[in-house]
Formats: sequence, C-alpha cells, structure tokens
Amino acid sequence: MDITKRIEIDDVVIRFSGDSGDGMQLTGTLFADTAALLGDGVSTFPDYPAEIRAPQGTVSGVSGFQVHIGSGIICTPGDYCDVLIAMNPAALRANAKWAKKGATIIVDADEFNEKTVQRAGFATLNPFEELGLQDNNIIMAPITSLTKESLKDSGLDNKAIVRSKNMFALGICYFIYDHPFEFTFKYFKNKFKKKPELIEPNKKVLVDGYNYAANTHAHANTYKVISKKKDKGTYRSISGNQATAWGLIAAAEKANLPLFCGSYPITPATNILEELAIHKNLNVKTLQVEDEIAGICTAIGAAFAGNFAVTTTSGPGLSLKSEALGLAVMTELPLVVVDVQRGGPSTGLPTKTEQSDLSQALYGRNGECPVVVIAASSPSDCFHYAFQSGKIAMEHMTPVILLTDGFIANGSEPWKIPSMKDYPAISPPIVPEGDADYKPYKRDALRLARRWALPETKGLEHRIGGLEKDFISGEASHDPVNHQKMVDIRAAKVALVQDFIPNQEIIGETGGDLLVVGWGGTFGHLFSAVDYLQKEGKKISLAHFNYINPLPKNTDEIFKNFKTIIVCELNLGQFADYLRTKFYNVRFEQYNKVQGLPFTVIELKEKFEQLLK
Amino acid sequence: MEYNQQDFKSSMEIKWCPGCGDYAVYAAVQRALPVVAKELNYTKERFAFVSGIGCSSRFPYYVNCYGFHGIHGRASAISTGVKVANPHLSVWQITGDGDALAIGGNHFIHAIRRNIDINILLFNNQIYGLTKGQYSPTSKLGMITKTSPYGTVEHPFNPGELIIGARGTFFARSLDVEIKLSTEIMVEAAKHDGTSVMEMLVNCVIFNDKAHGYISDRENREDRTIVLHHGQPMIFGKNRDRGLVLDKDNMKLKVVELGKNGITENDILVHNAENQDTGIHMMLAGMKMPEMPVALGIIRKVNDKTYDDNVRDQLEEVKAKAKVHCVDDLLNSGATWEVE
Repeated sequence: MDITKRIEIDDVVIRFSGDSGDGMQLTGTLFADTAALLGDGVSTFPDYPAEIRAPQGTVSGVSGFQVHIGSGIICTPGDYCDVLIAMNPAALRANAKWAKKGATIIVDADEFNEKTVQRAGFATLNPFEELGLQDNNIIMAPITSLTKESLKDSGLDNKAIVRSKNMFALGICYFIYDHPFEFTFKYFKNKFKKKPELIEPNKKVLVDGYNYAANTHAHANTYKVISKKKDKGTYRSISGNQATAWGLIAAAEKANLPLFCGSYPITPATNILEELAIHKNLNVKTLQVEDEIAGICTAIGAAFAGNFAVTTTSGPGLSLKSEALGLAVMTELPLVVVDVQRGGPSTGLPTKTEQSDLSQALYGRNGECPVVVIAASSPSDCFHYAFQSGKIAMEHMTPVILLTDGFIANGSEPWKIPSMKDYPAISPPIVPEGDADYKPYKRDALRLARRWALPETKGLEHRIGGLEKDFISGEASHDPVNHQKMVDIRAAKVALVQDFIPNQEIIGETGGDLLVVGWGGTFGHLFSAVDYLQKEGKKISLAHFNYINPLPKNTDEIFKNFKTIIVCELNLGQFADYLRTKFYNVRFEQYNKVQGLPFTVIELKEKFEQLLK
Repeated sequence: MEYNQQDFKSSMEIKWCPGCGDYAVYAAVQRALPVVAKELNYTKERFAFVSGIGCSSRFPYYVNCYGFHGIHGRASAISTGVKVANPHLSVWQITGDGDALAIGGNHFIHAIRRNIDINILLFNNQIYGLTKGQYSPTSKLGMITKTSPYGTVEHPFNPGELIIGARGTFFARSLDVEIKLSTEIMVEAAKHDGTSVMEMLVNCVIFNDKAHGYISDRENREDRTIVLHHGQPMIFGKNRDRGLVLDKDNMKLKVVELGKNGITENDILVHNAENQDTGIHMMLAGMKMPEMPVALGIIRKVNDKTYDDNVRDQLEEVKAKAKVHCVDDLLNSGATWEVE
C-alpha cells in the first residue's frame, strides 16, 4: 500500500519545529486556522518541552507543532509529516524521526553552521546525512538573513526583526499549499492592536516568504487540498481544554446556577482554569487556591452552598483530591472533577499524553466509593462531555470524574458551533422553601438521588458531613445495618446513571472478525485505522467508549458477535482489566503503548492486520 | 431577627466528655447567635457552621442551622467555598489546634491571607483528644503524651503570632471558662468584615487536664491574664494595680506596678486594636506566663477589603463591560467561518 501517494492527494501533515522561543506554536496555529477557514478538515497537536525556555539551540529546548489538513474526515494530527520545518539543527535532530520517507525538509540555512550543529549534538558536520535525510527534498532557505533584509527599513530593532522569522517560514508554506493571506492579516491586526507598528512588518515578512518560495521554485510542486462539502453552519476552531471550560459554563447556564471552579495550576490542565477565569461575565467564579486539596474542598463547600462546583487537575492532583472525593461521595453533592491525564506516575511526563489515570478515577479512594467516570474523545467533544458531566452530577447528586488527556486537551480541530437551544435542560433537585417533608437523605425512585437543600432556604436547616449517614435523616450513624444499606444505595445510585446515558455505538458492522475497543482521547487514531481497513473490505468494527462508569446498558451485547476483541489504550491495560471484571467470560486482547505519545495510525493498522490474518 | 438560645440548639445528643471545655464555648455560641441575629438582622437560615475533624469539629451537629462536618484539616477550604458561593451567609468555622495548625495549616493561613469573611473558632487544648492523647502543634515543649513518652522535642506554635504574621485582620483570645468574654468576642467577630480568628483556650479533661490551668485557675486568673479593650489602658490584676508599658531600651513589653516608682495610669499603654501595624499586636499575642500575663480579648481588629467582596465586585465589573452575555454568544465569539 502506498500511503504517501494517497496522502499527497487528500491530506498533508506539516510539522513546525524550532526553539521554544521561535513561535512555532503560533506559526502552526495560523497555518491550521487558515486551512480550517478554507473548509479543510484540520487536526493539530502541539509537542512542547516541559521547560519554558530551555537553552537555545539544544534538543531539550525544541518545541513542535504538527498540523494535519485534508479534504475528508481528519481526526488525528497525522503520524508522520510530509513537510518538516526546522528552524535550527536541534529542531531537525529532534524531529527527523517524525518525517515521512521522502518528506520535504525546510530549514533556516543561516542557523546551520559548525557551532550550532555541534550544539545540537551532531557528531559530524553533515546533519542531513547523519540523520539519513540526504535523499529528501531539502530546502535550505536563508530565513534569518532574508527576514533581516526584508525588514531593514522597518524601523524595528534587530531583536524584533529576528523574532518575525517564523512568519517567513509560514510564507513559504503558504506558497506550497496555496494558502491566502487574508485570515493571517486579520490576525495581525487584532494581535498587534496595542503595537500597531508590528502589523505591517509581519505582513511584509509573510509575503516575502511566499515570494521567496515562488521565485526560487523552492518546491517542485504546489498542492491544494480540495475541500469536500461539510455540513452547513458556522464553524470555529477549538481546543480540548477550551471546549471543556465552555462545556462546564454551558452546564451552569442550563442549570441556572453560578459556576464555581476551585483549582490549582497543573500541566496540562491549567488552561481550563485560565479559560474559565476570562468568563466571569457568565457568572463564573474561579478561585486559584493554595493547593489541589483546597481546589476540591472549596468546590465541595460551594456545592453545599448551591453553586455548580468543579475542580480541574491532572493525575498527581487527582491523587491529592482522593480523600475529598470521598467526602463528596458521602455528602452526595454534585461535583465535576476534570482530570487532564498526563504521563505518570509521580511528576512523570507533565507535557505528554497518557490514559493511565483510569484505575485511579475508578477506584482510587478509601472505602466503597463509586463515582461516575466519563471520558471525552476529541478536542471538540470535550464540550459535550463536560456538559454531560455537569448534567449527571447535578441531576444525580454525585461527583463525576471527566477524563481528558494532554493530547486532546492541547489539540484543536474545527467545530460546528452548536446552539444552546439544542442542548437539554438541567434540573437539579433543589428543595423549595416550605417543603415540610424534606429529609436530607430521602431519595427519588428514578435516580436514587437525594435532594439539594441550599443554605439560606428557610426551614431546611440540616447538617451533613463525612461520617456515615442515617438512611433518611442524614444524621451521623454508626449502625451496622444502616452502613450496609448506605454502601449499597450509593453504588446503586451510580449504577442507575446507566438509564440516562445512550447505548454504546459500534462504528461498522455489529459483528465480524475484529472489534477494536477504545476509550477517551485515542478515538481519532483508532477510527482512522479502522476506517482504512473497513474501506479495504475487512470485517473490523470500532466500539469507542465515553461512558466508563457506569458502562452503557448494551455493552455485553456488543461483545457477542466478534471473533476477536482487542482493547487499545495508552496504559498497560486498565480498561481491559475493568472490562474483564464486568464481562469475565469475554476474551479481551490488548494493544498498549506507554510512551507519552498518541498511537500512530500505522502501528494500529499493522496490529489489526495481524489479527485479521 | 429575634431568637433565643434554644432556637440554635439541635436535637442531637452532645457527646463531649463531661467537664470538656468545649461545652463552655458551645454555651457562648448559643448566647452569641441570637445577639448577632438581632444586631445584624440575620435570619437563622443564614448561619452555616463548617468544621474539620477533632472533638470540637462535632460542633455543627449541635447547632440548629446549616452545618457541614468536613474532613481533617480542610475546614478553612470548605468554608471558603461556602462563603464565595453564597456571600450572604454568616459562615462559622469550627476547628482545633490539630485541624487548623497541623494538617490544615496551609488552608488556615491562606484563608487569613485572603481575608475571607468567615468567623473561625480555634479550639486550642494543646492535645489531640479524638485520637486519644498525642501531642499537637501547640503542645508545650517537653510535654509527655502517648507519642512523646520522653517529652516533645519541638517548639509549639503560638496561634496568635501565626495569624498576625499572616496579617490577619481580626484576632481575639478567650478562655473556656470566660463565657461572657467569649460571647462578646463572638459578636464582634461576626460584625467584623474579614477573617476573624478567635482562639479559645479550652481544657481537655481527659488527656490534658488543666491545659491552661495556670491562667484559668479562679484564684489567680486576674493576675495572670489581661483582658484587652480597644481604647482602654492595659491594666490588669485582682486589684487593677498592674499595667503594661513599652520598655524602650529593649523594645519589649514590660509589666509595671501602678503607684510604684511614680508610675500612674498615664504611663500605661492604651490598647489600639485598630492599628494596621502588626508590631505591638504581635508582642501582645506573644506574651507568655509567668513573666507576662496572657492577653485575652480582641487583640487585633483592622479594616480591609474582604476576599468575597473582591470576588463579587470583580464579577459585577466584568459583567457590566462584557459583550458576551450567554453561552451562545461565547461559542460564536472570536474567529468563526460559515460553510454554505
């Protein structure tokens, strides 16, 4: 099979890389946004170091941004790139492994000299040969010096001039992929509102980069992705963390309650807190508190007082919140805990992605302590699942853990903007004043949810806390039989959420040779691999889970009609183990990867093809 | 609103040991709440009691208003959430020397730093009672407990120094047996906008009996404590014949006797609880027996903007300027494009 040829027609993957101060994230974002405006499918993935500014010119300081654009459904940022932009030898060295065979390599020739090549850790003075790239199409563009030349009359100082060299590189890419300038010009106008003297120079460098590529025939061909018709509507680009924040705000709006977020900065979850902090106008209160524990405890206090309360974190923070999660389970208050998973254990790989917090989310607490666990599977569906987490938390009076991961949190994609009128109402069981019947732990039959009596409501004064509760009155109780009843009913309440979630969908036939099972942020890669093999006529289907605890009602049904079932996840098999506890007579094969990286479509296809033989 | 003490008593059976100092603080709270409700025109449902873990933290169960019994050390964080979520509530935090100063030390100092408008009753019996007798962060150096059979080897916190060091805006101290003084302090704490910390020196009759015996002893109490009143000279003693002056050579507080060496009332320091500067308040809070009397009453009470007010004001300010008024606006803000 010849992927390269197919991709050249339908889609292209470009990887921008440079020093972490070179503006590669912005360059990639501008390229992606322009493509999205043209109607292309787009998926992006930033790959940045944990250090903010590691020493210049060293491999540890290299920051990358991969963009995948195409005419069809694009749901991964692509495994390997067709074009690699490397602003210095270190970027080349760090990213060469992501270049496809025969990929075009664009480098800043001015940055390649004896000193920089050595600094990047090359053994010889020919980095291209050393990396085995000598037969690739290498474009040695003198980006720095041409940028300087371009802006010599701009009145900007040398530092500011050199800083805009990323726009020269972007201009080259705009030529190769026939991108218009308008969107980027508009961006400059907005971005430099307060420094208008930077608008024209940036425009000029972008255009000069474009012209340089055109005049030098830098690339044998130019490409255009011909967009297929998409659904009619208004679109925008959105990242997972942004979508999560917005989904939480949407849930608060539908419940007609203020949103309260108690949180502590932690990579890669921090920008959910940052995003929420911007939107105070939508009745959002954000508290950056003293630690992770205070994050969840302020949220629990706020839930008691009647706000829609959330706390946002990543793996190590979830560990710190465990005890308080138990308190939320005991007090049966609505609470959403967002865990943007990263590589673990301990500090692990803070900027890399993983799915290894699943067991912690399911089990990581003292006592019998069930919570609802939901996982989002793409940047844009973080909105939907954050909303659903809020709805379930408030209507079922339970904590919900929403799992996303570094990959979908930082990745972005075009999103057809929904209308809030199409979203369901959220009706938390708030007790009205004057309800003479109110007992803190009396429940409704449908959901087994207790009701929510908000402080300041006359006549509903009551006390709750972490001690075991009496079945009805909610007063502290050490009665053995009561404890058993309470443990049972807390479990039953979470299990009953099953009646309120959709059935598990299967992509493809409901029976066949191979069922691929995944959950959360691996959807794009699993889907792409399965889709490819389905088109080849293979009897392969995909069941990708978003509702983890409880599982959808029909889950055992879907496992019945496949010869082989393989559970693919970015951990050592936590979801597979979980499924084995529920469906002990089903055989689950596993495909696992724990490298801090997403799957590649290629490796998945290879694995599936083996199983299909 | 008019209430009596009975209105604030819940039906729960109180489970503290007979003779526990917590009963006296409970009595003071029952007296203070009707006064607070009346003076501030609060209805009963506006009161919320939040606690952590420890003997004193059972308190919310015994008060007939909204109550939340939290987990160990987290009362300050939980009360912060309650207050910010609904600033209209009168939030009372019940905590102990272990809950607030050991496991919850971080939340405690940050609540104070933020000046969130909550009233914190810090029950200090210098021992872990609920776990049956281990030393706490306020146990005296050398104290023999179950976990320090040969005596502790660590210095205790003086809570007042910690609170004033964090620039707390209200710090008062009382003794369990001084129910009237405790009641007055609680009413003032409720009226104060900001974090009000009231250190209640309580006895643990089982594990640390006479914890504060040296100063609570009826015979010598007036000689060994000084009750501070804003605007009043710092005079104390059974015969009101001793007072505090500033020894300018050492920049330290010193006890003098009125009438001796020509000392008159005019030489005695006048208490200014409202002084923004923490220096003298720190010295007063730090006074230790037997050289100095232990300071009771309101040691510090200064005005500053509260955290919950700031949160609310910022919210209003941002709302007034905002162009985005609902989620639909938000979703359609920024760069969007149409697909026809």
